[in-house]
Amino acid sequence: MIDSHLPALIALTFVLFAILIPMFGLWKPKSSQPLAVLGSGIASVLSLYAFATYLQTGSIRYFFGGWEPPVGIEFVYDGLSGFFVLVINTVAFFVLIHSRQVARREFPGKEMPYFALAMLALLGFNGMILTGDLFNLYVFLEISSLASYGLIAIGSRPAPYAAFRYLIIGTAGGTLYLLGVGFLYTVTGTLNIIDMAAMLPTFATNTSVVAALVLMVVGIGVKAALFPLHGWLPDSYTFASSSSTALIAPIGTKVAAYILFRIVFYLFGVELTDAVAPITTVIGILAAIGILYGSIMAIAQTEMKRMLAYSSVSQIGYIIMGLSLANPLGFAGALLHVLNHAVMKACLFLVAGNLRMKEGHSDISKFNDSYRKKYPWTMASFSVAAISMVGLPPLAGFFSKWYLALGTIDNENWIFLAVILISSLLNAVYFFRILEKVYMMNPKKDQKEGSDAERNEVGFSMMFPTSVLAIALFVIGFANAAIVGILFNIFPM
Amino acid sequence: MDLTLVPLLAILSSLAAVPFILWSSSKPNLRETWTIIAALVKFGLVLTLLPSALNGESVTLHLFDLAPGLPFALNADPLGVFFAVIASGLWIFTSFYSIGYVRGHKEHKQTRYYASFAICLSATIGIAFSGNLLTFIVFYELLTLATYPLVIHTESDDAIKAGRKYLSFTLTAGLLLIAAAGMVYYYTGTLDFTPGGVLGDADIPYHMILVMFILFLGGVGVKAGIMPLHGWLPAAMAAPTPVSALLHAVAVVKSGVFAVLRVVGYVFGVDVMGDYGLNEILIVLAGATVILASLIAFAQDNLKRRLAYSTVGHLSYIVLGIALLTPLGIQGGIMHIAAHATMKITLFFCAGAIIVNLHRTEISNLNGIAKVMPWTMGAFVVGSMGLAGIPPINGFFSKFFLISGSLEGDMMIPVIILIVSGLLNAGYFFPIIHRAYFKKGEGLEKYGEASPFMVVPIVITATLSVLFGLFPNLFFNFFDLAAQISASLFNSATP
Amino acid sequence: MLDFFLGHYAYWFVVILMCVGLYGILFKKNLVKKTIGLAIFQVSVVLYFVSIASKWGATVPVKDSNIPVEQVANYLNPLPHTLMLTAIVVGVATLGVAFTLLMAIYNRYGTLDEQELLEKIQ
Repeated sequence: MIDSHLPALIALTFVLFAILIPMFGLWKPKSSQPLAVLGSGIASVLSLYAFATYLQTGSIRYFFGGWEPPVGIEFVYDGLSGFFVLVINTVAFFVLIHSRQVARREFPGKEMPYFALAMLALLGFNGMILTGDLFNLYVFLEISSLASYGLIAIGSRPAPYAAFRYLIIGTAGGTLYLLGVGFLYTVTGTLNIIDMAAMLPTFATNTSVVAALVLMVVGIGVKAALFPLHGWLPDSYTFASSSSTALIAPIGTKVAAYILFRIVFYLFGVELTDAVAPITTVIGILAAIGILYGSIMAIAQTEMKRMLAYSSVSQIGYIIMGLSLANPLGFAGALLHVLNHAVMKACLFLVAGNLRMKEGHSDISKFNDSYRKKYPWTMASFSVAAISMVGLPPLAGFFSKWYLALGTIDNENWIFLAVILISSLLNAVYFFRILEKVYMMNPKKDQKEGSDAERNEVGFSMMFPTSVLAIALFVIGFANAAIVGILFNIFPM
Repeated sequence: MDLTLVPLLAILSSLAAVPFILWSSSKPNLRETWTIIAALVKFGLVLTLLPSALNGESVTLHLFDLAPGLPFALNADPLGVFFAVIASGLWIFTSFYSIGYVRGHKEHKQTRYYASFAICLSATIGIAFSGNLLTFIVFYELLTLATYPLVIHTESDDAIKAGRKYLSFTLTAGLLLIAAAGMVYYYTGTLDFTPGGVLGDADIPYHMILVMFILFLGGVGVKAGIMPLHGWLPAAMAAPTPVSALLHAVAVVKSGVFAVLRVVGYVFGVDVMGDYGLNEILIVLAGATVILASLIAFAQDNLKRRLAYSTVGHLSYIVLGIALLTPLGIQGGIMHIAAHATMKITLFFCAGAIIVNLHRTEISNLNGIAKVMPWTMGAFVVGSMGLAGIPPINGFFSKFFLISGSLEGDMMIPVIILIVSGLLNAGYFFPIIHRAYFKKGEGLEKYGEASPFMVVPIVITATLSVLFGLFPNLFFNFFDLAAQISASLFNSATP
Repeated sequence: MLDFFLGHYAYWFVVILMCVGLYGILFKKNLVKKTIGLAIFQVSVVLYFVSIASKWGATVPVKDSNIPVEQVANYLNPLPHTLMLTAIVVGVATLGVAFTLLMAIYNRYGTLDEQELLEKIQ
């Protein structure tokens, strides 16, 4: 009944709420956030239901207007898109719950536009994941990008400039992608992914196809913050408001990674991709460099959000490295890391938001051990997320690194294995530094700030999402065998 | 009696105590009671596994899958039970000792201390009972995390630096272990610990076996104190003495040598080790460590640091025994796990008592203290004699088997190393004893023996060292267990 | 050789426009000029799509009752045109957002020159 319409419903929920929020928001500004939470909540439930349906009955293809491809546009809900949709909608739900108090404090009076933009951004992300048409993907890409530029601009003083830089680079990237799509259309005459995938093998040697693949990868690489196209990321994540970053950081780059997965594994197929151009090798190397670069830059940062931004560059490198391995273990590891990193990064950025709310800053050099008494739950969530990022069992982060490591061993790619291991150590450096500051007494000062501080934890609406995400890391860790079992089934070979 | 759940319960018993410890933080007596109860329960549970271990049986429990095809598996085999008995038994004594030390020293953050201890012991028993490499790695890393708060307990500059050093060594080691485990899984498709090893059947090129061995060596060598990976041990002496006693003389470092034994006997297998000459690498490293550590111990004036280097040396006794790849040698190594544990913990307890009572840490300051702390120093004499290999203390017997094992394998050099090291041991312990008994002390008039909470455990562990020396099978049949474990590694028929 | 240039003059035009746009984005210091560069860049891609839709001797894809239904090939390919309508709208929206951002930047910092901005932000 409703099942066959699910792909469209998930995306259209956001359209509905993107309209409802301005309508109600002009009348009652306070209603924007609850409506946003409601919208993403409905979408999460639908995503969950759809994934459960997928596990039982298989992929769903939804043809808009009843027009069958290649004439019409379709939404394809298969394992890969279902997984991504589930991850981003659930994480977005928790982040939006958290944003209530942040909105009141960091951008009062602008709640309505903010949450409307959030809905549009999520619409764009979901659309990108679900669509089965290459040009439709471009449209949703631009929708989400424009909304993201807006979300980032609502922030501190330099935010519009960061958003502008992101706009220039991001739109250029999108345009390159569009050109690539144009080349593919010229050669094959269709825009539908499934259709084109059947046709491409015959055109493997056509230079247009080579150029198209390169253009598309570069264009999407900008959005995915693949080294060296990541330049927009640190400033954007740092200067945006805590909620914006928490919304975009766990989700935005993942969706771009999803598009890369789609192109490499489904549109072209692994053998064809390598036959056309050595894309997997090149992006693997770039990802490895990005992993190390991000980790090293993160160590050098004094401000927590900036540190987390560089950490994100590093983490997306893991995902793309897993993609470049092109074997089932790397695939499972990369997708598991999509889930893990989305939850971990969201938790970490929410912690940053909590600290900013209470302390007014998230400058690491000013952290001291009074935090331990003042914000016990926040710091506990931070500890869990930090340990998971470093990759210590039994938390979730260990398992994605384990599968990625197995994937690199499978390919006998020892350099990538070393990169994964070394970066785990580097992660430990910049996370344990904060843990040390917060949980240890400062040996230089005589005043024992810790024992005098009073508990001043953030309110429930902020604490609840942070804690839930932290607890989720335990759950994912213990349940990872089941999750990975599903991921192995999704692998298209 | 169905024992299948016992391994799991043994691990969880102290974890379950942690919430109670945290909630009773304002009532010290109640809080300490939880620790003691947890220790007794844990020891009791482990003891119930002893009869089946003596029969050569293992108690297996497969919980959920950690990863597809890789279960979270507990396997209380004879070796695991051996280690678990030692760790959990000595924890009881350490808990009592801790009460005396921590209160006498007026340490801060006592709740964190006791809670971390409880988690550490869970992790140690988990390591003992791990059935495959993945479960092992989970508990190994958990041990690292749980010991960190204990290492940096005093939060002084030294302690924080020691903590960083500890973490960097152990986390790196953990990563190397993960890489090694990944490779084993890649080549054999399994991570189970099997007596006789799993690498024998797989067709693996020589250089890959070498790479895996080096990775494993890096992974386990840090905790086992093999030079040059031992650097964290002396630095970790910045921790309170009970921490040094149990964790760094018994739990953490013994986990390291336990891991070496698992790797050599249950992953590579005695045959593979011998065929590829891998044991020779171990013999060289362990032998060098034994001698070098003993020499460096001479130069230390700080009592705990001298004990730390002594530990490094004795850990390599065990590794050396394992590396001999002879039944008697491995048996000697296993026996030394138990012997060194009881002796070293005695010595560290003594050091702690001296620190709390007399506030003295340097050996040159210890003149004449035997008059003031007769029981403590008496126990110290027993422990040092045992470590030097003097009968009838259990240290003599393990050494005897180590030397026999070396002769069994027609290797003279380990024999020489062991004898020289015995002399060096005597050499760096004797001056302490000499000072304590035969030199005149200053400023000692107002002091007496340490509190009973500390002295009683010291005397008990020292007495146990003597008793186990005289009756090797007393209480726990350590001797029989060790012989049986060693023999099981040499049945080359793969199960 | 000549044929290589003359035969593909549409594509050459697109390439030149792309280079102009990229030059604007990368090498111009004024933010407005960067935006103009971006717009030119996007337009070049639009022109590419339009060019691939064209055919010799075909007419605009508006239904002409003089042409029988079977002779569909007499019309240009309408699909790229539709796609480009969407793309142009996207471009316009992007420019709108860009200009709003530029106004916000100008209001906060008083300059639209990249050098000065970076100094002021530091």
